[in-house]
Amino acid sequence: MVVTILLFASYAEAVGVPSVKLDVPPGATVSEVLELVRALPGAGALPPGPLVAVNESYAAEGHPLAPGDEVAIIPPVAGG
Amino acid sequence: MRALLTREPIDSTALLERVAGRANGATVLFIGTVREVNEGRAVTGIEYSAYESMAQRELSAIVEDASARYGTPHVVVVHRLGELMLGEASVAVAVAHPRRAPAFDAARFVIEQLKKRVPIWKLEHYVDGTREWVNAGTAHR
Repeated sequence: MVVTILLFASYAEAVGVPSVKLDVPPGATVSEVLELVRALPGAGALPPGPLVAVNESYAAEGHPLAPGDEVAIIPPVAGG
Repeated sequence: MRALLTREPIDSTALLERVAGRANGATVLFIGTVREVNEGRAVTGIEYSAYESMAQRELSAIVEDASARYGTPHVVVVHRLGELMLGEASVAVAVAHPRRAPAFDAARFVIEQLKKRVPIWKLEHYVDGTREWVNAGTAHR
């Protein structure tokens, strides 16, 4: 199944693109997809346990993904 | 809309008008501005970016939460995106309430929650020409 990975700020700069589509096994969890993301060129610098949002809500590492999910890897937020 | 992301300068007078009401005896306005020194480095400006759709949802949720928790519908927040110069307002929170204590508390609640959970980032530009993403103390999981 295909999910869309969204990258922002320092993470987008490291990988060089703001989003990428990944083909992942059905039912893959957030942490499994993170491992695949880490294999992308430039993504080795991502921290061990980044915050992740699935479809615009923060999600835990074990959260199972569905086809078409939007998986955002959230750098430390700095609003205000 | 009580929670807004904008690329225009923040109009704090308009925010105060949004929360005004005769039942309210207290109005609190918080404005966050771009400051000239951060962590000992001279700043020339800040570029704000966001995961906009999620940031909008999170801001709205925080306003709803503050309204319920402190008992007033008169809560608004605006966050600026894009390039800001020194002294410009990056964020503003306005709260009106019959009493001053919950008005202060609700405004504080909104800005603290915003800093914790709204996906907004800032890229600081320094006098020496360098730039850096600010990791404002928020830990990873």
